[in-house]
Amino acid sequence: MKFRHYGIAATLASTLALANPAYAVTELQWWHAMTGGNNDIVNKLAEEFNASQPDYKVVPSFKGNYPDTMNAGIAAFRAGNAPHIIQVFEVGTATMMSATGAIKPVYQLMKDANEPFDPKAYLPAITGYYSTSKGDMLSFPFNSSSMVMWINKDELKKAGVAGIPKTWPEVFDAARKLKAAGHATCGFSNAWTTWANIEQFSAWHNVPIGTKANGLDGFDTVLNFNGPLQVRHLQNLVDMEKDKTYDYSGRGNASEARFASGECAIFLTSSGYYGTVKGTAKFDFTSAPMPYYPDAPGAPQNSIIGGASLWVMGGKKPDEYKGVAKFFTFLSDTNRQVYLHEESGYLPITKAAYEKTKADGFYQKNPVLETPLKELTNKEPTENSRGLRFGNMVQMRDIWAEEIEAALAGQKTAQAALDAAVARGNTMLRAFEKTAK
Amino acid sequence: MEKSVVFNGKLLPYLLLVPQLIITLVFFYWPASQAFWQSFLREDAFGLRSEFIGLENYQTLFAQPEYYKAMLTTLIFSTLVAVLSLAIALLFATQADKKLKAAAFYKTFMIWPYAVAPAVAGVLWIFMFHPSLGTLARPLRWMGFDWNPLLNGNHAMALVVMAAVWKQIAYNFLFFLAGLQSIPKSVLEAGAIDGAGPMRRFWTIVFPLLSPTTFFLLVVNIVYVFFDTFGIIDAVTEGGPAGATTTMVYKVYADGRLGGDLGSSAAQSVVLMAIVIALTAIQFRYVERKVQY
Repeated sequence: MKFRHYGIAATLASTLALANPAYAVTELQWWHAMTGGNNDIVNKLAEEFNASQPDYKVVPSFKGNYPDTMNAGIAAFRAGNAPHIIQVFEVGTATMMSATGAIKPVYQLMKDANEPFDPKAYLPAITGYYSTSKGDMLSFPFNSSSMVMWINKDELKKAGVAGIPKTWPEVFDAARKLKAAGHATCGFSNAWTTWANIEQFSAWHNVPIGTKANGLDGFDTVLNFNGPLQVRHLQNLVDMEKDKTYDYSGRGNASEARFASGECAIFLTSSGYYGTVKGTAKFDFTSAPMPYYPDAPGAPQNSIIGGASLWVMGGKKPDEYKGVAKFFTFLSDTNRQVYLHEESGYLPITKAAYEKTKADGFYQKNPVLETPLKELTNKEPTENSRGLRFGNMVQMRDIWAEEIEAALAGQKTAQAALDAAVARGNTMLRAFEKTAK
Repeated sequence: MEKSVVFNGKLLPYLLLVPQLIITLVFFYWPASQAFWQSFLREDAFGLRSEFIGLENYQTLFAQPEYYKAMLTTLIFSTLVAVLSLAIALLFATQADKKLKAAAFYKTFMIWPYAVAPAVAGVLWIFMFHPSLGTLARPLRWMGFDWNPLLNGNHAMALVVMAAVWKQIAYNFLFFLAGLQSIPKSVLEAGAIDGAGPMRRFWTIVFPLLSPTTFFLLVVNIVYVFFDTFGIIDAVTEGGPAGATTTMVYKVYADGRLGGDLGSSAAQSVVLMAIVIALTAIQFRYVERKVQY
């Protein structure tokens, strides 16, 4: 009996030894939040990278939605076994960058690993969001999108709307016509209520969300998005909610189906919605830049990005960092970026990839995919439109949304709601500032 | 000869208790004490910097008007859920206890919802009552009722109450049914012979004899609404609109997990724990007196 056990053990040991190639492969854990088609892309990227060189093996694992993935990373760090690379959504940026020691800034990583890295090769509208005010890149942009206005061309034509509306007054006008033509429950709407009506709206009109360049220049930023323009816009929405010329669609993007089902013919949401809408919409649709108020000076400015970036966790071995740096170089390759862009609808992160897609004539066939890029590069970004960085942003969005909901439900005026959103947000910012010191 | 079967020694009883004690210590006292300690700290999400700040977390908490609002919401929510789920389950149990064809079939189907995870239960209710996509919301709107849980706080509250009640009825049903079946038929027959109608028999015989079950379920249901319902709230309303469905336990979750504010979240857990301990104590002290075992 005993001998047989030894025999099994020996067989196992030799099998294990065989499974290990002669050279040591360094495993790099990559935690991400990508589902569906984008999950396949993540796995394909890892496979291609692993096949392209013998020393490193990137192991992707899906960890749930964005907040889940970020929390899994935080919990793993506290337990001492953080992954090498973690995908964090844009609103988690302030939390990640304040965690000195828990993360390894990308510019530092590339320098230490002696990887060729030129920050100027990347699109500033995208990397600016993930860089310090000095321009040092902290995390590596992975999937980026922006907000666009999706248009149901068939329904607009039926309602007698000539051309695609460009300004907010034109949108309101079109919404009234749509409503009269049978869209009784929804003239127009939007997903991601705070991203649309506070964050993108402010950047697009070149008005501040907070001081210190919307928080990019320091955690002592103070919110001030209760200015006249933002209040005027929210009040317009409140007035139109009464008869459903505008109809609220919730905080996230669960109601995007209202566009694909034909209920809402004008709908503002992420450009990343392309992946879904191209398969579900049974009508002629397109995307257009977000509307603006023509009397607002400087509007339209430029939009800001959404999406997620890859953060490198701290406390790993130099050899492992070398592998991560090589992986980022691999991701930055122009052809690979072009492929990612055309396949997923997310934005290319390098200038070369954007130019190549343009030169290939891709946008002539798919103008929908160029809309967010045109918005992002519309003008040279200002203090108000480079991006935003507020601590506790995940929960802050919920608080802002609560106040917007209170206004839309008629419990408060637009001014009172935005004043409360600013005041409550500032309390959270001061609490964050204390922990981030 | 008489064999003595008395175990001597004081060690054995304790040894037999050890597994249970370990489980209680590891899974209850240890995390509870951690939460208690955490509520006096200010810490960033990664645990890199930690600072003892005494009662500051509690002071900030009780200075928030939103916290009192969450308390009121919890009161409304828990009363509605506990009362409705107990009442409906009792009604169903008394009906299923009758001589019916295919009674086993009904009973099985009544118990099924208990196997559904809270978040999944929430998603099911979204599909039915989403204002523009829901299969049941469309007829409501078509009949001219402006159903809109995305903006109307009362509608949102009704929706989470329905989902939470639906989820809990199965559990209550199971216990009520077992309770009903243990009531001796002879007592009921005696009542019937004395001329008591079905309603009278229910209120004077069945209901008092069920009181131990009802009392047990009351305690369990209170604990359920206080702690287990955040999955439903998260899936259905995310505490909205405008905080109308933010209960205390949802706020613990939102502040700790979404907000990364572990100190405040821990302080809220401690407050919540105190409330539930007090409630349970009150129930045992005053309600149990009326229970006839």
